[in-house]
Amino acid sequence: MTGSILFEAIVFLAGAIICVSIAKRLGLSSVIGYLLAGVLIGPYVLGFIGKEGEDILHFAEFGVVMMLFLIGLEIEPKNFWNMRKTILGMGGIQVGGTMLLSYILFSILGFEWKVALVISMAVALSSTAIAMQTIKEKRLMDTTFGTASFSILLFQDIIVIFMLGFIPLLSNAEDNASAEKHSEHANLLENLPIGFQTLAIILSVVLIIVAGRYLIVPMLRKVAKTGVRELLIAAAFLIVFGISFTMEYVGISPALGAFLGGVVLSNSEFKHELESTLEPFKNLLLGLFFMAVGASINFIVIAKNPLTIGGILIAIIALKALVLFITGHIFKLKIDQKLLLTFSLAQIGEFAFVLLSFAFGLNILEQDQMDMLLVITALSMSLTPIIGMINERFILPRIGTKEYVKRPMDHIAKSQKIILVGFGHFGSTIGRFLRSHGVEATILDHDSNRVDFLRKMGFEVYYGDATRLDLLESAGIAEAKIIICATNKIEVSKAISKIIKEKYPHVEFMIRTKNRYDAYELLNLGNENIYRESLETSLTLAKDVLSKMGFRKYTLNRQVHNFIKYDEDSLRRLASEPKREDTYIFKARKELEQQEKFLNEDFKRGIVEYDNHWDSEHIRKALEKTKDE
Amino acid sequence: MKKILVLFSHPKFEKSRANAALVNHIIDMEGVTFHDLYERYPDFHIDVSTEKELLNAHDVIIWHHPFYWYSCPPLMKQWMDMVLEFDWAYGPNGNALQNKTCLNVITTGGSREVYCSEGSNSFTVSQFLRPFEQTATLCGMEYLLPFTVMETHKLSDVDLSNYAIQYGNLITLLKDNLTKKDCKGFSFLNDIPKLKNQ
Repeated sequence: MTGSILFEAIVFLAGAIICVSIAKRLGLSSVIGYLLAGVLIGPYVLGFIGKEGEDILHFAEFGVVMMLFLIGLEIEPKNFWNMRKTILGMGGIQVGGTMLLSYILFSILGFEWKVALVISMAVALSSTAIAMQTIKEKRLMDTTFGTASFSILLFQDIIVIFMLGFIPLLSNAEDNASAEKHSEHANLLENLPIGFQTLAIILSVVLIIVAGRYLIVPMLRKVAKTGVRELLIAAAFLIVFGISFTMEYVGISPALGAFLGGVVLSNSEFKHELESTLEPFKNLLLGLFFMAVGASINFIVIAKNPLTIGGILIAIIALKALVLFITGHIFKLKIDQKLLLTFSLAQIGEFAFVLLSFAFGLNILEQDQMDMLLVITALSMSLTPIIGMINERFILPRIGTKEYVKRPMDHIAKSQKIILVGFGHFGSTIGRFLRSHGVEATILDHDSNRVDFLRKMGFEVYYGDATRLDLLESAGIAEAKIIICATNKIEVSKAISKIIKEKYPHVEFMIRTKNRYDAYELLNLGNENIYRESLETSLTLAKDVLSKMGFRKYTLNRQVHNFIKYDEDSLRRLASEPKREDTYIFKARKELEQQEKFLNEDFKRGIVEYDNHWDSEHIRKALEKTKDE
Repeated sequence: MKKILVLFSHPKFEKSRANAALVNHIIDMEGVTFHDLYERYPDFHIDVSTEKELLNAHDVIIWHHPFYWYSCPPLMKQWMDMVLEFDWAYGPNGNALQNKTCLNVITTGGSREVYCSEGSNSFTVSQFLRPFEQTATLCGMEYLLPFTVMETHKLSDVDLSNYAIQYGNLITLLKDNLTKKDCKGFSFLNDIPKLKNQ
């Protein structure tokens, strides 16, 4: 083992890349991959990472802070306020119930009451990092289970402040003086009475809200004006670091502070920018955090007392699961949601590291008690993804609903599947209109923000590159009746066209194109349903111009239809003309020539003439003619 | 004073001399609402509730249109189909139009002479207008005689302006209250003494 930072970085990154890609290949959660990587590089297997694993754990906890900031960004203040009952109710029942049961358990096991109380506090808290990462990875955040988990975790973030304030009261008075020296969590408020602490906490929350409005947003605006991209990244980090520091200073969990900061900024115009900037960093830091947890599993402690540790571990998980199940039951969750909640929060979380070492510093816990509990904590966190997987693969398919449930559709949608590629301005209009007729298109889009939003709206969405055959196949191209290409990128429509022509010739392909030149190409590939975005809107505008000049609307309507028909005919005629590979300038000149040709033809063909039905002038002329003869 | 709604439907108004003369004369008269259906609904998408409000706000309904193939242009028929709803215009509770007055103002290419059993059109104008008459009757409206401008292709500008003045006079009479009694013994509103004497 060398002490070089570069070497450590290489170990961590390589471990992550290898283990996570294997986990993903096997269809497992990335969390399992990271944890496994941690165990492998940790002191007991390959030994690349030794004692410094603990420091890394502290550093990597910053990933959790970032995650909560990002979650906050997605929750607007109004929604947060709406969640208050769930947060207090579910969180209260879960923390209270778990503390009670585990206090009883550890008392029976013969622990002193103070020790049992501290342990029960640690046990009551679940792992935000593990649970939320898994939920987000499976995109279940918007489900009842997602909100329930989130509410409970948020309540824990709040209650931990009071636990940290309460634990010193448990230590013996004479130990207190020495304890303060031990405590790593010295902060401003420690010596204040509980009432003042609460006041200070409320004040700092208000501070975040005010600062968000009047300091952070104006700052972001200034930064955005400079147009320097990395400054925005710097600003994003500054916000998160700043909030965390302030919160730690007054003794609130930095994660909770970051969450509040996120909520405050969720209404600002920088929401998406902040999200996309911080997302990759957050994921890497969380990965690091999971690896650090894996590396911190002390196999020597386990080897000493395998039965006791195994027994307590199982008992704690069972006890937490029971309380969660009951909580879910009280709040009337459906059975599958209840089971997901039960198994995803049934671990001891990262707060336990903090609480236990704090209590150890205050001489409430003994060394071997703490070692054992730390191992149990790490093990319970590592087991969560595995238990979750067992639940999903073996339990839920039997009693719950499937992970992917098709919503009930009417008979049109059921028998005739529509795939819509691209949900930008053009595609969303199509999607909305189809939906207003009860036709739910399956949407393919490559914008992750939009995909999340659409899923929230209840659309069936596949995320990724629509020119990939496998993605089109999983979206159901084989059963599709129509594929709509609502992007105007000619490469995309050409690629999909090729796939359809080669493998799924029964599917109708309806394509948006930018202009007539793209339309030529698509026509020559054998496509018929081509919609030029420049055609009908410009004609509608021209029609309204003429109407404002006094032309009759009904006549203009007919003329527009005539014009479109004529233009479509000429498009098809010209598409079959042989074309050369032209340079840009040549192309532009040719375009002008073609425009000139069109304008001349318009007059020659008389498409600007009116039709003759019931035209009294026309009749009058004809009558005069017959009279003359 | 009665309020008058002119439901005008002409798909080729810009090409009609006769209707231009008629419409220009009455369009700005007090108490007249001129409602140009083809301009308002060029795509035939009639706003039924607006139309109902208009009907509610008026006492005399004029179906003003050219006489295409012995009937009205399609948008006029669409208007009748969409707006005159069951239980609103007719039916057990359909009394929205009760006691209003209704008539057709039409322009035709053929002469009075061809609209009779011996003429090339075999039937009289009133016979061709039976569906309109019965529609009005079923809706509880008093249906008057038609006001007609015939042989439009042969009319001079002076003829047309005379007809326009007559149309204006008719509107004035309708505002004062013109009833079926005044129509007795005639086939066209053009001929009734009240209008002739004005």
